[in-house]
Amino acid sequence: MRVVVDHVSKTYTDRGGRSVDALRDVAFTVEAEEFVALLGPSGCGKSTLLNVIAGLLAPTRGGVWFDGARADGARGANARALSAMVFQEFALFPWRTAQKNIEFGLEEAGVPAAERATRARHYIELTGLAGFETRYPHQLSGGMRQRVGIARALAVEPAVLLMDEPFSALDAQTRQLMQEELLGIWDRTRKTILYVTHNIQEAVYMADRVIVLSRRPGEVLADVPIELERPRTEQMAGEPAFVQAAERIWGLIKAQAWAAIAE
Amino acid sequence: MTRLAVEDRTRFLIRRDHPWWRVLAVVGILVVWELFARIGWVPVLFLPSPIGVLREGADMIVSGEIAMHVAASLRRLVLGFAVGAALGISVGIAVGFFSIAEAVGTPVIAATFPIPKIALLPLLILWLGIGEASKVAVIALGVFFPMAINTYTGVRQADPLLVRAAVAFGARRWSVIRKVMLPSALPMIFAGLRLGAGTALLLLVAAEMIAVESGIGFLVLHAGNLMQTTKLMVGIVLLSLLGVLSHWSLNRLERVAISWRQDH
Ligand SMILES: Nc1ncnc2c1ncn2[C@@H]1O[C@H](COP(=O)(O)OP(=O)(O)O)[C@@H](O)[C@H]1O
Ligand SMILES: [Mg+2]
Repeated sequence: MRVVVDHVSKTYTDRGGRSVDALRDVAFTVEAEEFVALLGPSGCGKSTLLNVIAGLLAPTRGGVWFDGARADGARGANARALSAMVFQEFALFPWRTAQKNIEFGLEEAGVPAAERATRARHYIELTGLAGFETRYPHQLSGGMRQRVGIARALAVEPAVLLMDEPFSALDAQTRQLMQEELLGIWDRTRKTILYVTHNIQEAVYMADRVIVLSRRPGEVLADVPIELERPRTEQMAGEPAFVQAAERIWGLIKAQAWAAIAE
Repeated sequence: MTRLAVEDRTRFLIRRDHPWWRVLAVVGILVVWELFARIGWVPVLFLPSPIGVLREGADMIVSGEIAMHVAASLRRLVLGFAVGAALGISVGIAVGFFSIAEAVGTPVIAATFPIPKIALLPLLILWLGIGEASKVAVIALGVFFPMAINTYTGVRQADPLLVRAAVAFGARRWSVIRKVMLPSALPMIFAGLRLGAGTALLLLVAAEMIAVESGIGFLVLHAGNLMQTTKLMVGIVLLSLLGVLSHWSLNRLERVAISWRQDH
């Protein structure tokens, strides 16, 4: 299974008739089991692109394809989604407990209650949420909330996991721990992941490949492979491969960042 | 060298709970009232004593008169309230969710909402007859508007991010309404229920002053006509109790329904 982003452009038009070009001719592919980071300055169209891939927003031009995905639209116990999203602001339902949040997508797919509970159980264990099942979101810390967000997305067993700056609302220490944990989860599930971030260190630390977007309208500036071994460790931040990749990416977006500040 | 201690300068802002003052206020008013009545400055016809009212109330409980009136009033109140709330919530959701319903509903509601519902009672009597139906209908109408408007506002205020999240996880129209819009609107719906409860009580009394033989409104009017002030007072106390009871039960219900909220 691979995701093909096929020359996607997106122009927003507001009620006043003014239009904003958010994405211009973005094309790349994500291979099965790959961890790809999508990096660009804020406002460059990363969330827009993720929403297009998730089918939550129609592109102005181009399209998105899932090659080799089962398209039987199965409901019930075998339901499997094309994609699932993890949101920057968590977007958990405040009136549902952690477990009920995780089961949401399964409910909508018509998965029977018993099967829902089993699947939720599995992802609760996987994301380290055991013991917190009956808590409401406001009773959880930021890190725990995003674990629920991740478990909710994994539970629908998507072909690709879309993550929109999932840890940027967390404090630095929690973010570091969550990054490690996500890599662990990825290692165990071998999910295809498209991970949006504006943080170069984060992108290089986690991804197999970093796709660098320009500032608005977002265009692909470069596709940077990260030649670091797995499993990744914090110590790798000092390795030449890490430093070189980070510097190359910074070189690409530095001028863009300056221009963005001046804007 | 002098040494100055830092004091808490917010002290005068701290609001304490004064349980004794609460009790004192109620007891104090009753005592002063009783004294006034005893001294005899004010004739009993204008101001019956609290103890007299209590005694009259006890007599009426024993004779079954209170049970009869309260039962009649409660029936009208609960029926009218239920019908009005159910219709109001349904219309509020429809108008909040469907753009055509919004285009149709908002001007209609804006035009009819300001009408004092009591003015419609004669019309309702013409349409539905002088019996129970017109009384229930006027209460339902009074509850309908605050419920529809509050539910609409609550639905509109639903977080678009949560709606998008629901859709991202496969929710279709009815799921979005049931699992996102409705729970989002619950706090507003309860505020509407509280408003509606007040209106319902007002309309109940008004409706019971026309062509009925039972109900607290009838009791008050009838006692007034016969200059039985003590009995009239019993009716007013019953209305007050009814108001307190409805407020209390709505609070209980809200605490159960919105148990997930932070501030509960
Ligand atoms: N619904 C919308 N209507 C108009 N403009 C939008 C809308 N959503 C996003 N934009 C604009 O499109 C650009 C890209 O937004 P977004 O995809 O959220 O960027 P990013 O996630 O990279 O920060 C921004 O300039 C933003 O203001
Ligand atoms: Mg974004």
